[in-house]
Amino acid sequence: MTLDVILFFVFGIVAAVTAVIMITRSNAVISALFLVLNFAALAGLYLTLNAQFIAVTQIIVYAGAIMVLFLFVLMLLRPENEKKFLELNPKIKIFAMVIAFVVFAQLAYIIFFAKPSQNISKDLAKSVEAGTIESIGRELFTNYVVPFEAAGFLLLAATIGALVLAKKKFD
Amino acid sequence: MTITIEYYLILSAFMFFVGVAGVLIRRNAIVVFMSIELMLNSANLTLVAFSSYLGNSIGQLFVFFVMTVAAAEAAVGLAIIIAIFRNKLTVNIDEINILKW
Repeated sequence: MTLDVILFFVFGIVAAVTAVIMITRSNAVISALFLVLNFAALAGLYLTLNAQFIAVTQIIVYAGAIMVLFLFVLMLLRPENEKKFLELNPKIKIFAMVIAFVVFAQLAYIIFFAKPSQNISKDLAKSVEAGTIESIGRELFTNYVVPFEAAGFLLLAATIGALVLAKKKFD
Repeated sequence: MTITIEYYLILSAFMFFVGVAGVLIRRNAIVVFMSIELMLNSANLTLVAFSSYLGNSIGQLFVFFVMTVAAAEAAVGLAIIIAIFRNKLTVNIDEINILKW
């Protein structure tokens, strides 16, 4: 057992368990807090993949900004607990679980039988180099500068749209 | 034992499965949104895994764009939820049915 194996299993199990807890709690605030933990575990997984920039961005943008937005909205609205998991419409919910599990089984089947790692062997130096902010920034501001500008425009549009939508009166 | 890329892909598939189940099961609109964020993150994990194993930084670039779109989507979606709550006084998606015929 080397360190990367241990780290993968610790972060992976935390991510999987918190995801399941998140969708099964009836209190939405608890769900949001477990989602923050899930994002933190994902940031750890990104670090095991040598993606330093994405790991930091994950913490700042997701766990910092987006989840704070979710928690603010949750606390603005009236807290109402949902019914317990199988209290309302148990048949539809079991059907939904079966559908979701079929999706997972298909994906897992394809991953096991396609065996993508047969053709991929990790080159550590290249992997570390790919994750640095230098190489990402170079791509971002040369080959991908148009999508970058489009993303900035999208954020501007979303900000204005959110302001207009949440305003009390349209005038 | 080495960690091959299948481990990350299976974990990502599992998180996507949990997100799909959350969208289908939960009735609180905000929790449905959080499940969508979970699915976006599972896709991000796949992109970062391939990017790292192939030694190519473009996968992580796309994760950056996915995060941008997720932030925009969360802002607009939560504004819509607040507007709906102001009119209907609920965020239960079973009771928000004015567009249902």
